[in-house]
Amino acid sequence: MRAPQESPLRLLLVDDELPARRRLREVVEDCANTLSLEITGEADSGLSALAEIQRSQPDAVLLDIKMPGMDGIEVAQHLQKVAYPPAVIFTTAYDHYACQAFEVNAVDYLMKPVRANRLATALSKARGLSRTALDALRDAHPKARTHLSLSEKGRLVLIPIEEILYFRAELKYITIKTSTREYLLEESLVRLEAEFGNQFLRIHRNCLVARNKITQIDKASAPEEGHLLRLHGLDELLPVSRRQYALLREALR
Amino acid sequence: MQSKNHNNPPGVLPNFCHLGTTLRVILAVELGAMLAALADMPTLQDALALFTERSALLQPALLFTLLALCLASPLLRHLNYPLALTGMFVLGTLTPVLFTTLLDRFWLGLDLLTHAQTVFFSAVVTTLLLSYFHLRNKALSPAVTEARLQALQARIRPHFLFNSLNAVLSLVRTDPRRAEVALEDLSELFRALMRENRELTTLENEIELTRAYLGLEQLRLGERLQVIWHIDKMPAEALIPPLVIQPLVENAIYHGIEPRSEPGEISLNIYRSGESVHIVIRNPLAESGSSHHGNKLALGNIQERLALHFDLDANLKSERMGAVYQVHITLPYSRARTPGISTQTTAR
Repeated sequence: MRAPQESPLRLLLVDDELPARRRLREVVEDCANTLSLEITGEADSGLSALAEIQRSQPDAVLLDIKMPGMDGIEVAQHLQKVAYPPAVIFTTAYDHYACQAFEVNAVDYLMKPVRANRLATALSKARGLSRTALDALRDAHPKARTHLSLSEKGRLVLIPIEEILYFRAELKYITIKTSTREYLLEESLVRLEAEFGNQFLRIHRNCLVARNKITQIDKASAPEEGHLLRLHGLDELLPVSRRQYALLREALR
Repeated sequence: MQSKNHNNPPGVLPNFCHLGTTLRVILAVELGAMLAALADMPTLQDALALFTERSALLQPALLFTLLALCLASPLLRHLNYPLALTGMFVLGTLTPVLFTTLLDRFWLGLDLLTHAQTVFFSAVVTTLLLSYFHLRNKALSPAVTEARLQALQARIRPHFLFNSLNAVLSLVRTDPRRAEVALEDLSELFRALMRENRELTTLENEIELTRAYLGLEQLRLGERLQVIWHIDKMPAEALIPPLVIQPLVENAIYHGIEPRSEPGEISLNIYRSGESVHIVIRNPLAESGSSHHGNKLALGNIQERLALHFDLDANLKSERMGAVYQVHITLPYSRARTPGISTQTTAR
């Protein structure tokens, strides 16, 4: 454990429920007798947690898993893109599968209600998360992300899934198109399709489009070019491959 | 307290006022008539014609007999089981004869069957049906029914228990009084959950339980949870299987409120209409298409318990209506024998 004269361990508390955050604060304060701790703030959602982490750069985050919208595991996934990611300690009320995944991948976690001595132990050995551990957690908790993230000049950029018009694979990267701009992302189209298959449809070997943004499918002027697809809020026309056209019709019925 | 169904212990008469019983009888008799017609006639077409002709007499006679049995049941219930069964046999045999005689005299000269034939036919049918109900009651003996009910007992989500305990802990230092109330709610809820819930309870009790549960959820969800009650016309004394409303409200919160960050509204509408009680629970649909698998399980469980208690007289419908998910339960109105005394206070 840390000696009291060391610089304090700076903590962020994240939970969507107010009583849970209040309780966590009490337990952290109880631990402050033996550990040098400082609470930098609280957040009540995944999105505000990410903003708060970038603002106050805490050493560790106590992160609730089950939250509306962006859940704790997704927050941890996006944190991988941050320059100095904090250590993550998950908190959960009861989750058999997640806890198994934690054990197997040596991820720090605490069961709610949290006890002071457990928290102290977890804080004294808090560490970062590995990519493989995170992937395993996601497998135990299958849920599509609400945002995609990338790092731009050391800053975390979040792209809400509902703003994305299409993904297009080109060489090593995926281009993400929203109505306002384009982003480049290192991902595979196959994995994106697996995760967002409910919201995005494949229209071409290299292109996934947002299902609810499709406004029109036209025949191309030259018959051998097949069909062209129009998306809401986009001037560009996207080519539909012959192979995907039938599947697309089927999916949109 | 007897459970209000016809899946009663052996020694309890079949209830001919019950929709389930009546339907089974009508189906059985019509099936028998069809088979008889098929045996009588060489071709299917002839058999169908004979069947229709016979049904024209059979149906009214049968309905008349069922009505007589239903009307006589309060009297027969006072007799012991063998005597009452004999009474039912006599009624079942003689009512059709009476019916055909009356029809014969006042209306048209039907001569499909002689009196002796009618007596013979209805005696056979009545014996078969009474035996069927006797055996069915035995198969659905209290032991079997209770074992099934017990296996179907509603279970609370562990997630809820630990989150509630956590919320109570957060109050202990700052607001001990609210912590006390919350612990009282929690113990009331768990007392109900751990009771062997085989007996019917009153709507009033079930609502009280649901309120205790909602008190705990309100504690942790705060203004995210809005509850609208429409229960001013609720028949408080009506009987209902325990833990039907609370798990549905738990579902509504789990699927409709917890996954959203903005406040959401759950509404409970309970009223009586004629001889049925209606329970309608609505919640907003989650923003993202989250899985409804757990929901289906809980609904199936409640549906099966309703069937064990009320057979075909109760039903559960669930549907999405735009942005709202609705569960609608209809069950027959019945009340505790002693008005004002709930079944829970007369527990073993």
